[in-house]
Amino acid sequence: MVERDIVVVGAGPAGLAAAIEAAKLGAKSVLVVDLNMKAGGQLFKQIHKFFGSSAHGSGVRGIDIGAQMLADAQKYGVEIWLNSAAVGIYGGKVVSIEKNTENKTPVLTNVVAKKIVIAVGASENVIRFKGWTKPGVMGAGAAQTMINVNRVRPGKRIVMLGSGNVGLIVSYQLMQAGCEVVALVEALPGVGGYGVHASKIKRAGVPIYTKHTIIEAKGGDRVEAVVIAEIDKNFAPIAGTEKTLEADTITLAAGLKPISDLVRLSEAELVFDGVLGGWIPKHDRNMETTASGIYVAGDATGVEEANTALEEGKLAGVAAAESLGLVSESEAGKLKGEIWYRLDGLRMGPFGEKRMKAKAAQIASFPGVGA
Amino acid sequence: MCMRIEDHIIIGKEDSGAETVEITVDGKPIPAKVGEPILAALLAKNIIINRYTVKNKEPRGLFCGIGQCTDCAMIVNGMANVRTCITPVEKGMVVNTQFGIGGEGNG
Repeated sequence: MVERDIVVVGAGPAGLAAAIEAAKLGAKSVLVVDLNMKAGGQLFKQIHKFFGSSAHGSGVRGIDIGAQMLADAQKYGVEIWLNSAAVGIYGGKVVSIEKNTENKTPVLTNVVAKKIVIAVGASENVIRFKGWTKPGVMGAGAAQTMINVNRVRPGKRIVMLGSGNVGLIVSYQLMQAGCEVVALVEALPGVGGYGVHASKIKRAGVPIYTKHTIIEAKGGDRVEAVVIAEIDKNFAPIAGTEKTLEADTITLAAGLKPISDLVRLSEAELVFDGVLGGWIPKHDRNMETTASGIYVAGDATGVEEANTALEEGKLAGVAAAESLGLVSESEAGKLKGEIWYRLDGLRMGPFGEKRMKAKAAQIASFPGVGA
Repeated sequence: MCMRIEDHIIIGKEDSGAETVEITVDGKPIPAKVGEPILAALLAKNIIINRYTVKNKEPRGLFCGIGQCTDCAMIVNGMANVRTCITPVEKGMVVNTQFGIGGEGNG
């Protein structure tokens, strides 16, 4: 039987932070499992500099934060299994892990964990329109993976659907990769993401069509043109406003939703929260779910950003170490207080505040926490 | 236009040191880097169709890029339904477009 103090599912910023923090505080055997070929989650796709204060790693590129976290994980003896999928959690403490998921012979290993951290992230939402299954239509994240990790362009002329931060940043990164971004298309009346990102797109001369949507991807076996149209206040296309853009690629940046499969299997309770992107595990200020000993962190608990994921991971790591008796209540309280101070700082501004309120309401509704 | 990004304004020159080898795609040799996803080598040569669907025989290609959606599945070294976006290149791999579920006779 394989045993570990802590099993963390997901080697992105949240999972790595949880593992590093717990190992720092004395957890002897911390295992992180991830189904990808490389650890770091989305950090190695984020070649842009982060926002926030210096305490949040502002001015540092995601790729550099990722490299530092991998170095820290190694330094503190965190074990990482790649190409490994957590496929079940039993009895609140056994994690079933399928290794060799890269199409080799899979091996199932059951690991008994004293504490479990679920940090599985989020998946991209899809918008459907005529022709959306054609080769050339893909998630913005897929395009970002190709250019920034695999160093290959997914197409030459791109239409981006969505002008939230993902849509804006990936558009800019596609330009940095040498692709031509033909236009951004946004259903809402205004740009969704930060003005500083939108300004870069506009400076590059790329039009952002607000109150528009894509109604068709034209072409034979691949995208050859994109038909967009203006939409009314009920999001219905207005006849006669169609425009045809010549493009070979459509990237979809229509938001993300927390991945909840593993949480469901763990029997922790979920709650629906539109602001946070969908079904999220109920959790308290320690990031512990209603299933005792199972913690959550990062986008899986509500879609935010890499730096909030990182702080939530640290919280889970400290709380798990505390409940293992590795750190005193007062020391853990001090550490958690510092992390919450940084988290509150990150959740300011027009975007962050809505999420801060949603998070606070969610935590207040946690059994035993609320009034 | 070569689809590979040899020099990047932020992340610099490609310096992975990965060996370039040959793989065979639908009978034709193409260059590929050891360890990169098969899909990346295909995109570099502007090959964007990986499979055709079972019922309507529609083409499919890269969609999620992280092994979740299975739209990029192909037949690799005789094994069907291999997700090319997360399967690393090895020297001499034989890759074929998949028709349907890629069973007997690739249909």
